[in-house]
Amino acid sequence: MTAMDSALRLDNVSRSFGGLQAVDGVTLTVGAGERRALIGPNGAGKTTLFNLISGAMPCSAGRISLFGRDVTGAPAHRRAALGLARTFQITNLFPDLSVLENCLLAVQAHTPVRFAMLRPVSRYGALLDRARAVLAALALESLSDAVVRNLSHGEQRQLEIALALAGGPRVLLLDEPTAGLSPAESRLMAELLRRLDPAITVLMIEHDMDIALELSEMVTVLHYGRVIADGPREQVKADPQVKEIYLGA
Amino acid sequence: MGRRALLAAAALAVLALVGPVLPAYPLTLLTQALIVGILAMSLDLLLGYSGMPSLGHAAYFGVGAYAVAIMTTERQVGLIGCLVVGILLATLTAAVFGLLAIRAAGTYFLMITLALGMVVWGLAFRWVSLTKGDNGISGVPRPTLLGLELITAVPFFYFCLVSAAVAWVLMGLLVVSPFGLGLRGIRGSESRMQALGYNVWLHKYVAFVLSGAFAGFAGTLWAYYNGFVSPNDVQLVTSVETLLMVALGGPGTLIGSMLGAGLIVFLKNFVSVYTKRWLLILGGVYIGVILFAPTGIVGALRGRRR
Amino acid sequence: MRTEFWIAQAFNGISYGALLFLLASGLSLIFGVMRIVNLAHGSYFMLGGYVGLSVALYTKSYTLALLAGAVAIGLVGIGMERLFLRRLRGEVLGQVLMTIGFALIFQDLALLIWGGDPYTVPIPKMLSGTVRFGGAAFPIYRIFIVAVAFVVGLALWLALDRTRAGAMIRAAVDDAEMAGGVGINVPRVSLAVFALGAALAALGGVIGGGFLGVYPGADFEVLPYAFVVVIVGGLGSLPGAVAGSLLVGLLDNFGKALFPELSYFTLFAPMAIILAIRPTGLFGRV
Repeated sequence: MTAMDSALRLDNVSRSFGGLQAVDGVTLTVGAGERRALIGPNGAGKTTLFNLISGAMPCSAGRISLFGRDVTGAPAHRRAALGLARTFQITNLFPDLSVLENCLLAVQAHTPVRFAMLRPVSRYGALLDRARAVLAALALESLSDAVVRNLSHGEQRQLEIALALAGGPRVLLLDEPTAGLSPAESRLMAELLRRLDPAITVLMIEHDMDIALELSEMVTVLHYGRVIADGPREQVKADPQVKEIYLGA
Repeated sequence: MGRRALLAAAALAVLALVGPVLPAYPLTLLTQALIVGILAMSLDLLLGYSGMPSLGHAAYFGVGAYAVAIMTTERQVGLIGCLVVGILLATLTAAVFGLLAIRAAGTYFLMITLALGMVVWGLAFRWVSLTKGDNGISGVPRPTLLGLELITAVPFFYFCLVSAAVAWVLMGLLVVSPFGLGLRGIRGSESRMQALGYNVWLHKYVAFVLSGAFAGFAGTLWAYYNGFVSPNDVQLVTSVETLLMVALGGPGTLIGSMLGAGLIVFLKNFVSVYTKRWLLILGGVYIGVILFAPTGIVGALRGRRR
Repeated sequence: MRTEFWIAQAFNGISYGALLFLLASGLSLIFGVMRIVNLAHGSYFMLGGYVGLSVALYTKSYTLALLAGAVAIGLVGIGMERLFLRRLRGEVLGQVLMTIGFALIFQDLALLIWGGDPYTVPIPKMLSGTVRFGGAAFPIYRIFIVAVAFVVGLALWLALDRTRAGAMIRAAVDDAEMAGGVGINVPRVSLAVFALGAALAALGGVIGGGFLGVYPGADFEVLPYAFVVVIVGGLGSLPGAVAGSLLVGLLDNFGKALFPELSYFTLFAPMAIILAIRPTGLFGRV
C-alpha cells in the first residue's frame, strides 16, 4: 500500500507528559475504507493517540498524514476540514442546545454559512434538511427539540456519533462508542456502526472485545503506549502476547 | 420567535408613547437606560452567548464617547461623522485588544480584559493634552440629524430609542444566525467545536470585535446624552456595573441585559436620593443575584436551568 | 545628574515592586490552588491599610498595626471563602460577581467608617528619613519595604519547598484532584492559602499606607496592578510573582517618570509582548 492509498498514516508518533511516555513510537497505516479496532488495557494510551491524531494535542515526536498530506502541525479544525471526525469517550456535546441545534453545528461546520450573521438559522432550509436527515438515520429525529442535557446516556452516545457523521467525514475516529451502554443498547450501537458507509475509514477504540472484533477486519493492540500487535483480526487474536495481556480482562 | 417580536414591538410602542408625557427626570433616566442598555447587550454577546467574561468593556464605550467629545468640541464634526469615527475607533481598539485577549481563556481572559480596560482609563486620565485628563471634556452639544435638531429631551429620547431598537435588532439577528449558533456552541464546548472543524479563535475574535463595535456605539450616544465625558466613564466600576446588568437581566437573553440596565439605572438614581450607601446596596445586589437568581430575571422567567 | 535619576527611579521601581509582590504573591497562590478569581483582593489591601491606620493611631505601635491588619483581613478572607466562595468552585462568572459584590460593600463600609479623606499610616521614627549612598538619597522606609518583601518571599519559598505544608500546597497547585486522591485535605489547604493571601495583601496595605497612604479607591486602583503582575509572572508561580512584581514596578515607575502621559501604556506594551510570546505568563504553569 502506498502512502497515497492510506487514509491515515502514523510514523513513529510519540507523546510524553513530563516523565510519562503516554504514546511511544507508534507507527501504523490505515488504508482507505478499512475498519480497524484499537484495543489495549486501560491506560495503554489509546485516547491519547486519538487526541494526537485529531489534533487536540500536539505530538512530542513523529508525523501524522491524512490521505498523504502531512498534518502533524495542523490544528484540529484544519484536520476536520480535511475529512477527519471523531467522537469522545466522555460524551462531549452541547448540553444547553437542542438535539437539532447540536446537529446543525456539525452540519454547518464545513460551509461558509457558519459565518452568516444576518439571517436566522431557520432560514437555511438545506442545512436543516441535512441535519434532520442525519438525525433520522440514527433514529433521533423524534428528539430534535429536546435539550441535550435531558437526554438519556444512550441517546447522548447516539448523538455523539451523529455529530461525527454529520460533516460527511472520510476518516472516523470512534472512542469507545459503547461506553456506559447497556448490553441491549450496545447491540443497537453495533448495528448502527455495521451500517456505516463502507467508504468511510473507521478507527475504533472499544473495550467490548466482541463488538470490536466483530466490526473490524484489522486490529492494532496498544500496551504502555507501544504497538505490540498489528494486523488482520484472526492473526492478532491468535497472538500469544495479546492473549497474555487479556488473560485478566 | 414571532411572539418575542410581538412583545418587542409592543414594548417599543409603549416607550414611544410614554416618552413625551413623562416628567423630565424619569425621561432622562429612561434615555440613559437605553444607552447603557446597548452597552450591556454588547457585553451579553460575549458573556451570555460566547461564554467569555470580559471586565473591560468600558474601554470601547469610552473610546466611542471620547471620540465624539473631542470631535464635537474641537472640530464641530456632525452627527454622522462622529458616529462613524467613534464606532470605527472603538472597533479598532477591540480588534487590537482582541488579539491579546482571545488567546486566553476563562480567568486569564477576565484579567487581561480588566487590565486592558485600565489602559484606556489610564490614557483618558493621563493623556491630558488629548483628553483633558481628570477634568474631562465638557460642552458636547446635542446633535442635529439631517436638519432635525435633537437637542431637547424628547427628540433626543426618540433618537436613543430608535438607536437602541436598531442595535437590539442587529444583535438579535446575530445571535440567531448560524454564526450566533456557533458562538453558543463555543460556550457549550470549545473542544467539540474544534473537533467539528470550527476555527474557534477566529469566531471568538470576530465576536469580540463586533461586541466592541456595539459598545462603542453606546459610547457615542453617551457623549451626546451627558454632554460631558470623563475618565469616570471608562473606569473599572463602569465595566463591573455593566457585568451586573447582564447578570441581573439574564446572560444569553439579550433583552435581559436591556432590562438589567434599566433596573440598575433606576435603582442607582432612586436609591441615591434616600441614602448615600448606594455602593453597599449594589454590592448586596451582586451577591443576591448569584445566590438567588443565577440565571437572571429573564432567565428565570423563561424557566432556564443553569 | 542623569545617573542619579536612573538610580533613584530604579530604586523606586524596585520598592514599589516589593509592595506589589506582597499583594500579588498571595493572589497568584490563591489562584494556583483554588482557581478562584478574587476581585476583592484589592479590597484586602485597602482594608488592611485602614485597620492598620486605626491601630497605629490608637496604640502608637507600628508593629501592632502590621499584625492587626494582617490578622483582621486574614479572618475576613477566611469568612469570605468558607461562607460564600466555597459554593462557587469553577463558576467564573459567579466568583467574579460575588467578589465584586464584596469589594463594593467593603469600599462603602470603609467610606462609612473612615470617611473620604486620605490618611497616611504613621511610621516609626527609626524607619523615616533617608540614607545617603553614592550621592543619592534613599528613603529608609522604602528600603524597609524591600527588606520585608525579601523576607516574606524567602519565607514563602522555604515553606513551599521545605515543609510538609508547603509540599501539600504545591501538590494542590499541580493537581488538586490528585492531591485529594492521595489524602491531602484540599479544602483546608485552600482555606489556609486564601487566608495567607489575604493577610499578605493586608500587610502590603499597611506598609503601603505609610508612603502611598490609605484612601477610598485604593482598592480598585491597585487591583489591575496585581492582575498584571500575575498575568505577566504566571498564575500559581512564586518566582513568577517575583519577576512580575519587579517588572511591573520598574516599568510603572520609569513610565511615569519618562512618559507621564502614556504611563499605563508603558505597562501594557510589555504585558502584550510577553503574552504574545507566552500566553500563560513568564513562569505560568496553569
